[in-house]
Amino acid sequence: MANMSETPQPGYNFAYLDEGSKRMIRRGLLKAVAIPGFQVPFGGREMPLPYGWGTGGIQVTASLITPEDVLKVIDQGADDTTNAVSIRQFFERVAGIASTTRTREATIVQTRHRIPETPLEPGQIMVFQVPIPEPLRFIEPSETETATLHALSDYGVMHVKLYEDIVRHGHIATCYAYPVEVNGRYVMDPSPIPRFDNPRLHMSPALMLFGAGRERRLYALPPHTEVVSLDFEDYPFEIQRPEAACAICGSTESYLDELIVDDAGTRRHVCSDTDYCQARVKAREAAA
Amino acid sequence: MNVRLRDAQPGAASQLEVPARALSGEKARPLLQVDDVCRLFGPEQGCQEVSFTLYPGEVLGLVGESGSGKSTLLSTLSGRLPPDRGRVRYRDGADWLDLYAAGEGRRRALLRTQWGFVEQNPRDGLRMSVSAGANIGERLMAQGARHYGRLRQCALEWLRHVEIDAARIDDTPETFSGGMRQRLQIARNLVSGPRLVFMDEPTGGLDVSVQARILDLLRNLVREFDLSVILVTHDLAVARLLADRLMVMRRSRIVESGLTDQILDDPQHPYTQLLVSSILQV
Repeated sequence: MANMSETPQPGYNFAYLDEGSKRMIRRGLLKAVAIPGFQVPFGGREMPLPYGWGTGGIQVTASLITPEDVLKVIDQGADDTTNAVSIRQFFERVAGIASTTRTREATIVQTRHRIPETPLEPGQIMVFQVPIPEPLRFIEPSETETATLHALSDYGVMHVKLYEDIVRHGHIATCYAYPVEVNGRYVMDPSPIPRFDNPRLHMSPALMLFGAGRERRLYALPPHTEVVSLDFEDYPFEIQRPEAACAICGSTESYLDELIVDDAGTRRHVCSDTDYCQARVKAREAAA
Repeated sequence: MNVRLRDAQPGAASQLEVPARALSGEKARPLLQVDDVCRLFGPEQGCQEVSFTLYPGEVLGLVGESGSGKSTLLSTLSGRLPPDRGRVRYRDGADWLDLYAAGEGRRRALLRTQWGFVEQNPRDGLRMSVSAGANIGERLMAQGARHYGRLRQCALEWLRHVEIDAARIDDTPETFSGGMRQRLQIARNLVSGPRLVFMDEPTGGLDVSVQARILDLLRNLVREFDLSVILVTHDLAVARLLADRLMVMRRSRIVESGLTDQILDDPQHPYTQLLVSSILQV
């Protein structure tokens, strides 16, 4: 349900950030869109929440949002977790914009670690919160070296990591932040979304923007960009299909969270995307 | 050859040209041409006035005391440290490539395909946190190999070449001994079939029995794969065993060069004489 916009609190500029900072971030975003997958440095501002809670995403949202926008914020797919609720309320207060939990109604979706199950549409903008933007970081600690590797498309080390996965686990065990090649050029960290969501990046009709607040980097996927998940010929990329169905809506198609619900260790699986799950329940009730 | 040959015996120069020139075809054409390379950090610190030619299949030893500029020269030759003056050219098939005039992309591609670099400390040349197999496969993956099974086959084959037990393929170099690490580093460099390998004290810091084993291995690999090697060492015994030709460095300059046996048995420059006479006799 879309919340009606309230009057923004006095004393704040629209959407909290000053206009100069917003312009600076928008310039960075334009550059990021122009070079898909390339990490653009920007002057990250201090925001009223700690690093690691979405300072990058919140700055991107603040620089883009207009009074007409409808904002949805999810955290691991859920609209009702502390982080998601806080960020949504923050923008309601400092920008007076309308918010929603429905993917279809939203013009901007700020997300931590998921892409909604409901297919995105042209004109929608996804804003990802990114902890570590550099996909090569875990194998190459030097920033100058990774910058050079990107500049020369020298991505052999990325496969070294996947090779190690197969050595240790017998299959590519990277199940989130799974590296992708964008537009045949840059290797990009899609932020810690599950690899289940990786295929949704490919040729998405929505604009995808990534903001890393602590690391001060922006990157982007323009709509309809080719995104290929890295793999080996004999160990191709594949997504894990859930073995169970959602305990609430019965979906076998969506990404499920596993919950332990009592002291006896009983497990239940439920959709991580709460909006998708509730929509299915409502549709079932309407049909009955 | 353009080597600054022993000043004392100008006649020796023509004799020294024989080993390379006598060969025909591909082997008669130089692989690396170094013209008046200079890289100085202070007066006589670094290297200067260095010119020489390296032929395919040749092992060139670079000896001298510490601080004489051996490692600086090696870095300059191997594309890691641009010289203040002079140029380094490498023959890639029929074309000559000016190392520092070429772009960084080309230089890096060369370094990990046709060239190799064996560091003195294997920690610098290996990825210590990934398995031996991944260390060997990295160059191939950088060249676009995307088949896990074949990468593994290749890694096993190279472990055999450098005499490491195949069962260790999934262990990280952290668990290897110093000698094994050095052998793994050699395998990691040779897997791409390089033509030219740079070695900076490959046996430094290893105990004597391990040193002997590595030298033996290197000698066999150089023969088997017909490698050209530029080898920095301060150990004349290593030079005697591996090198066809020696250059003696002192205070940033090459003071004497020639065939290894000739230099070690009949040193002409006072510094070389001192160096040779200072070998400990047991």
